[in-house]
Amino acid sequence: MRSLRTRGRATAPYGLGLAAVLVIPAVLGVIPGVAPGYVLYLVSLALIYAIVAIGLGILIGHTGQISLGHAGFFAIGAYASALLTLRLGLPFVVAVLVAGSVSAAIGFLLGLPALRLSGPYLAVATLGFGLAIPQLVVWQGSWTGGSSGLHGLPLASLPLGAFTIVFRTDQDYYYLAAAVLIVLTIFARNVVTSHTGRAFVAIRDSEIAARAVGVDLVRYKTTAFALSALYAGIAGALYAHLLHGISPEDFTVLLSVDFLTMIVLGGLGSVGGALSGALLLTFLQNALTRLPVVHDFKNLYIVVLGVILILTIAFLPHGLAGVARSVWLPWAARPRDGASRLDQIVELGEGSGVR
Amino acid sequence: MTGPLLEIRGLTMSFGGLVAVDGLDLTVNVGEIVGLIGPNGAGKTTVFNCVSRFYEPDAGTIRFKDRDITRARSHEIIRFGIARSFQNVELCRSMTTLENLLVGQHVVIRGGVIRDGLRLRGVAADEARATARADEMLDFLGLTGDRDRVVSTLPFRLQKLVELGRALVSQPALLLLDEPTAGADHRESQGLADLIRRMRERFDLSVLVVEHDMSFVMGLCDRVYVLDFGRRIATGAPADVRRDPVVIEAYLGEPEREVSDA
Repeated sequence: MRSLRTRGRATAPYGLGLAAVLVIPAVLGVIPGVAPGYVLYLVSLALIYAIVAIGLGILIGHTGQISLGHAGFFAIGAYASALLTLRLGLPFVVAVLVAGSVSAAIGFLLGLPALRLSGPYLAVATLGFGLAIPQLVVWQGSWTGGSSGLHGLPLASLPLGAFTIVFRTDQDYYYLAAAVLIVLTIFARNVVTSHTGRAFVAIRDSEIAARAVGVDLVRYKTTAFALSALYAGIAGALYAHLLHGISPEDFTVLLSVDFLTMIVLGGLGSVGGALSGALLLTFLQNALTRLPVVHDFKNLYIVVLGVILILTIAFLPHGLAGVARSVWLPWAARPRDGASRLDQIVELGEGSGVR
Repeated sequence: MTGPLLEIRGLTMSFGGLVAVDGLDLTVNVGEIVGLIGPNGAGKTTVFNCVSRFYEPDAGTIRFKDRDITRARSHEIIRFGIARSFQNVELCRSMTTLENLLVGQHVVIRGGVIRDGLRLRGVAADEARATARADEMLDFLGLTGDRDRVVSTLPFRLQKLVELGRALVSQPALLLLDEPTAGADHRESQGLADLIRRMRERFDLSVLVVEHDMSFVMGLCDRVYVLDFGRRIATGAPADVRRDPVVIEAYLGEPEREVSDA
């Protein structure tokens, strides 16, 4: 598709990613003792979280605006889509798009206080937002299902002219999640390697410099919030239909911390880092639930999450993307024609941390 | 446009009880290089911050190209055609030299997150044009060798140059330079004066420059304003101002610094 093409040197990772998407189900099918459906369900979950992580990475990693409330946008997307399909009978595709838009609009509004707040104050404000959303859901129980949630969501489907593709199996849904992730990854990379992305990084580096070159802080901060909320909202909608049901306890503050840990572990300012962080944490969390110790210690994962955050910040300030860069640098630094340095920063996670 | 390029009338700005700028009148005509000098704390940078709208003046009007910009917002100023540098350099530190010159073209490139995200028609061409303009500027400033270096790794003197380039690529009509010679020795200052004159010829610029290095200002400027405690104490051609007893008086307390700065 012409409008979604990427720059020259960026195509190799996409080729690899696409190959992985197609090969994974086949590989799982031949490994003995593995239930491919369940693993693909887990991968789908990881891909959905990766969508949130990429959007959050644009906000925190590139624009330097922290959010500890992205589980709130994830919840808004999930509930919007669930209500639209269950109560109004809207088609899945329409519900997902509306869910993303509603979340983006609320993200825009949450971006407004960000104009006056920064650093820890913004963290607290967004934390409050993330805490409030599940409470509002419980309070408005008559139409949100309250604390028992909404269940029996219809199967995801995609009308294509005369045909309609229905995503019945875990493998079907896995392809759907992967397709959405790929499109949104390309979109994110296009944004961060262009005019808009430079304005985001300018805000992170120096608000004074940004204003001096003509960056409208109101416009670009709210854009970054809306864009990251759009990603979280779409992901939330996909999550609701993956599980066929949701309840407020799916969207606790712990999930917001999960998202934050994904991008810190992956490397702030790196789209690829957000992706790998999301995959790692999702599988780690699942692996931990299989340990015998979890019978006595249900919240082991929270402790592990905290340890990962501390160790990453202390020893890998640029996350996994930084590690990749230190291995990759001699190769990446070779002379090339037509490659923007911003491409490399974005890809290799050279961007500095949260301000 | 009939009047001067920049016209400041009765500009007053105070911080708490301290009056930093007191009823200042100042004009810059098209093509002029105007100096704003005075001892430390005379209010020079405050004038800059009012013109570039980082500060809200208490009173007075600022007109640029016959348009009242006294209440404009800081990010709009560069779109009107006023670009500035900063005394202590405000660059995007994680970006390379080239990227700083791309971000400097923020107002001359079309924007839009959807347009960028979908790489709609024209984005690639815009980027290529912006990169070509940036390369041209790097060549003019002699920074081509530092094109792909992250600016925070450059020496301060080069960072000042990058900042100058970032201001120039926005194609301004008026350039506000805040102490361009900071950190430069005498020889480098002379080279800088030469560069600013060449910039004026090549880019049809007018320049308002804040300095306290007298010899730099005297050699460069067409006209000079002398500020002391926020008030204009003298104005005119550099040679006349230099002989003005009031100016000598204001500077007399610190002749050594003037020498050491030169």
